[in-house]
Amino acid sequence: MINQKTTAMGQKETMAGFLFLLPLLIGLSIFYFYAFFQNIFISFTDMSSFGKPAYIGLENYKRLLTDPKFWRSLKTTFKYVAVSVPAVMVLGTLVAFFLQKARKWSSFFRTAMFLPAVTMPAAIGLLWRWLYNYEFGLINIIFSQLDIARIAWLSEPALVVYSISIVLIWSMVSTQMIILLAGLQNIPTMYYEAAEIDGASPFQSFFKITLPLLSPTLFFVTIISVINIFQIFDFIFLMIQPTALAMRYAMSLVYYFYDRAFIVFDKGYAASLSMVLFVIILLITIIQFVFQKKWVHYN
Amino acid sequence: MRSKNSALIYIFLLAGTIITIGPFIWMFLTSVKTYNEAIKTPPTLFPEIFQWVNYKIIMEKFPFGILYFNTFLVVAMVVAGQLVISSMAGYAFARLRFPGRNVIFMIVLGLLMIPGQIFLIPHYKIMVGLKITNTLIALAIPGLFNVFGVFLLRQVFLTIPKELDEAAIVDGCGYFRIYSLIMLPLAKSGMVSLAILTSLWTWKNLMWPLIVNRSLTKMTLSAGLAFLIGEHTTYYEQVMAGGIISVLPVIILFLFFQRHIVEGIAVSGIKG
Repeated sequence: MINQKTTAMGQKETMAGFLFLLPLLIGLSIFYFYAFFQNIFISFTDMSSFGKPAYIGLENYKRLLTDPKFWRSLKTTFKYVAVSVPAVMVLGTLVAFFLQKARKWSSFFRTAMFLPAVTMPAAIGLLWRWLYNYEFGLINIIFSQLDIARIAWLSEPALVVYSISIVLIWSMVSTQMIILLAGLQNIPTMYYEAAEIDGASPFQSFFKITLPLLSPTLFFVTIISVINIFQIFDFIFLMIQPTALAMRYAMSLVYYFYDRAFIVFDKGYAASLSMVLFVIILLITIIQFVFQKKWVHYN
Repeated sequence: MRSKNSALIYIFLLAGTIITIGPFIWMFLTSVKTYNEAIKTPPTLFPEIFQWVNYKIIMEKFPFGILYFNTFLVVAMVVAGQLVISSMAGYAFARLRFPGRNVIFMIVLGLLMIPGQIFLIPHYKIMVGLKITNTLIALAIPGLFNVFGVFLLRQVFLTIPKELDEAAIVDGCGYFRIYSLIMLPLAKSGMVSLAILTSLWTWKNLMWPLIVNRSLTKMTLSAGLAFLIGEHTTYYEQVMAGGIISVLPVIILFLFFQRHIVEGIAVSGIKG
């Protein structure tokens, strides 16, 4: 009797469970699962805007290996990551640390420094193009007042990656410092009190207490930053003309993908680029998880 | 010793603040200058002739009204759809027991590992197939299904005491009434966080509108503003006025909802 009742209830619960999941599962099956496998399929075809796509096996992947534009965009992407991730981590940690230490005005500083996080990339792009302007931009004007030569921030091939990285760092520190600040606030104050009693200097307590106890948050922020910066597109698109010489040196893998897929409509090849992006991001993330044992301390 | 340290802290924070909001202030100052003054070397800090007319000119040249309206509609559609779909799924994953639940949840979570670019060509093809490219609906649809939202709300539902639904079942309450009358009201702050983060993400998204829509009047402001960069870059004072128009309303909203935004980002660590 009781058993019958519980199985009946269990069936009802199972029914309810699947009914509640139904809208999500329908959406995910179409827009994620089907889309994922379709993208793999497209990468084996010569799909473009015209004609029926034909199956061409691994041709796109072979073409990739000998495409200098692909290799250059991949190298450039790694440059963005190598320049921006450490800067975002160091600055984000310092800002969060000082925000936590500041007794007065802390919420004012936090609000002010958070503004880029709620600003749309296009407005940031507009703003920085004006600041970087060769003749009238504020940065070059300050430089010329200091007798430093003007710099062609957005057209000098050797510089353009760094100019874009500065904008990227400027806009990303504001988000990451919030996560790091939350991490800092979770560290119990008794550790610092104990260290102070033992006569530890502020430097010692930062390196021996703060950093180790913050390391799980730092790890999380690193993972997120690497993934986000690896997919850099917005600021390149917004700040460099597609036909400019500088674009050769600024182009990231995702920009190249966008260009192939939606500007020149070489969709089959673009799909293979996106698969490479997926595999690289997956590998980098796995490597980071392997190496976390060396530096991340969990209580 | 202590005061020397705290002076250092404030110097650092002040420098950070100037570097962060200085550009925004410069944007505003340029936007109220005349053309000749905007490109004057050395520049004036405060405008000699203060004028609002740049705002009027850029609003006549560029359809800010339509772009704001589009953005508002798309954000409303995505947020409403996502709250319903994610909260239903989050409830099922957190509160109901059924075979395969954990496996399905792990598969759903696995989707978070895949970069969004993988889906763009297929999404575009789906929109072409449905014949809805260049519409606002097309901007909203892929955003409705958000794995992160499901995960966030599942965590919220997990913290609600189990006795509540047990008591409700004894009283003869069905699952839908438990979900809508008991669970949703208790998950309000999680729902607000999700709504705000989703709005922010939809507000900032650039690539998808550029891909699926062609005409400027079918863009969100984020993508529409990219057209402004391409078209009218000579008159910096007007472009900066356009920048202020697209930045200021959100900054004001942010000051109101600051606590929710900051908490949401701190909890989730979602891309900003």
